Amino acid sequence: MPFVEVNHVSKTYGDRAVVNDVSFDVGEGEILGLIGPNGAGKTTTIRIMMDLIRPDSGEVKILGKRLDEAAKSSIGYLPEERGLYLNMTVTESLIYLASLKGMEVHRATTRTDELLARVDLLPHKQKKIKELSRGMGQFVQFLVTIIHEPRVVILDEPFANLDPVNTQLIKDMVLELRNRGRAIVLSTHRMNDIEELCDRILMIDEGYTVLYGDLAEIKARYRNNSVLLEYEGDLGEVNGVVRRQDHNGRTELFLDSETMPQQVLSQLLQRGVTVSRFEVATPPLNDIFLQVVGRD
Amino acid sequence: MTVVFPLVGFAAIGIYLIVQGVGIGAGTIPVIGYVDEVGGFSDYTTQGDLTFLPFDTQQEATSALLTGKIDEYFVIPEDYLLTGAIPRFSLEKELEVPANIQSAMVSFLQSNLLEGQTTPEIAARVKSPMLLSNIRLDESGNIAQDQGGVEAFLVPMIFGFLLVMSIGASSGYLLQGLGEEKENRIMEVLLSSVSPRQLLTGKILGLGAAGLVQVVIWLASVIILARLASNVVGGVLAGLQIPGNMLFLGIVYFILGYLFFAVIEAGMGAIGANAKESQQMVVALVLPAVLPFYIFIIFLRDNPNNVVGTILTLIPVTAPMSVFIRLGLSEIPLWELLVSIGLMIAGIVGGIFLAAKAFRVFLLMYGKTPSPREIVRYLREG
Repeated sequence: MPFVEVNHVSKTYGDRAVVNDVSFDVGEGEILGLIGPNGAGKTTTIRIMMDLIRPDSGEVKILGKRLDEAAKSSIGYLPEERGLYLNMTVTESLIYLASLKGMEVHRATTRTDELLARVDLLPHKQKKIKELSRGMGQFVQFLVTIIHEPRVVILDEPFANLDPVNTQLIKDMVLELRNRGRAIVLSTHRMNDIEELCDRILMIDEGYTVLYGDLAEIKARYRNNSVLLEYEGDLGEVNGVVRRQDHNGRTELFLDSETMPQQVLSQLLQRGVTVSRFEVATPPLNDIFLQVVGRD
Repeated sequence: MTVVFPLVGFAAIGIYLIVQGVGIGAGTIPVIGYVDEVGGFSDYTTQGDLTFLPFDTQQEATSALLTGKIDEYFVIPEDYLLTGAIPRFSLEKELEVPANIQSAMVSFLQSNLLEGQTTPEIAARVKSPMLLSNIRLDESGNIAQDQGGVEAFLVPMIFGFLLVMSIGASSGYLLQGLGEEKENRIMEVLLSSVSPRQLLTGKILGLGAAGLVQVVIWLASVIILARLASNVVGGVLAGLQIPGNMLFLGIVYFILGYLFFAVIEAGMGAIGANAKESQQMVVALVLPAVLPFYIFIIFLRDNPNNVVGTILTLIPVTAPMSVFIRLGLSEIPLWELLVSIGLMIAGIVGGIFLAAKAFRVFLLMYGKTPSPREIVRYLREG
């Protein structure tokens, strides 16, 4: 059973369809990347998932049931618009917001210390939110999202405004959550993060689903039938190669539709070319994104 | 605010006592001189605490005034019996002649004028012709429990005052809280844990509890202040009466009114971009709440059961204040009260529905307050 099921959800404001018949699911121990250009309908889709906006049609199921107030405690949500009570301390914020999710205060207190220790924020536990740096505040916001150990985690731009060290720390924690069986929806503009973390992606544009599926399969689908090569020696003419392009010390060989990468490698080895690296080229997600949404 | 109001009341009584104490203190009772140009005003020179000291001429009286022997003097001129004019001279700059001095002078003049003209009893009645008491009978001809009058009007007015104060205070807390939550962008986090209706109900009940504590403190202060004031000031406050039905209806309408306006304020708080803009919208909507006070006092005081009074009693926005005022002026027909309470409850339920919708639609909108047309459109689409 998928932890998250979004079935044929649509939402229209006036005569503008913001989300149009979008469907997807996220299973246990899986990260789904939600991507799309600005105004594509990502945040509206997420807000529909959180029951913050009612869809005109379609339904959302969390853990097999239609979303209701009780089911909200199964979800950890990091909204794009971050916010905490500025005059509360770090500890108060975490305990209060965990208690809103139904967590007992005693358990929330213990968990607060565990999480703060995990991200080296324990010395700041009695500081008021307004006294924290922006990065620290964002960390606290992330901890608020996961403190109640939700089975479904929805993260809207979790890495925005974070430095590389803190970004990596949150990435590690996201992967930990996945390894512990959580279903995660990750919305971000950072394609390299999606490639690094996600198992599957949903790309939406102007409210429509334009790509949905396994990330590796999608990348394979958009492959140019080319190989990346690092070598020493004279390459010369290679049968089946229609074009070659050098970039950053590597050469990309574009093959005709009849030629397989193994055939090219055999030719090179027979000629005595020393091949130090040979890989089937897959386009970066960013290129696929640009290609699909027509901005390239 | 909770503590300031009683403190101001106690301070007012304290100041009054201090002022009175200064007035009663030794050497502060004025000695009043007078020049009798008519002749015959020589008796009754002691009026209460005041003493009247005769002088033969105005020059002598002026000298005595300047040397501090007397505090003021007046002249009974030769044509006094024709004109009634009495010139009074003093060194003080005054807003008006102190009431005790004026009353003592009148008594002094009346007593001397009537001296030897009639019996002492008639003279006393001329000076105080009636001590009027007004007694209201109920439908069975017995003396009614609620005697009306200014005293009876005070209790409903206190409820009206408390309601307006509570609405003002709660709107401040509510709108400030909502404004901060919108500006801090924490609303989306809260709404991911609770429903808009739960959030709305929680805020109203939380503020309601805080408001109730406030009102209990104020009511207790009012009772203590009224007792203190009636002991000190006497007069109207000494006759303060709180009939049971008035107290019951006062509490019912206070609670209903508080909930109704709290729901309106919460809805406005959700719609406004910040606390200031929400406050402006709330003022525009809550202003009708105090309108009945002016309408009844100016236009309907003698006929509060007029059709306009009935309409104001039935409309939820104007009902609480109308009922408070009408309770002090007359009896309100039972059917009006029942319909009015029913409409208020319906208004609260409908208000919660609309305010919850406003929470869902507008709490996640930041930046600008929508126009009335946008509000209607978004509420319909939301």
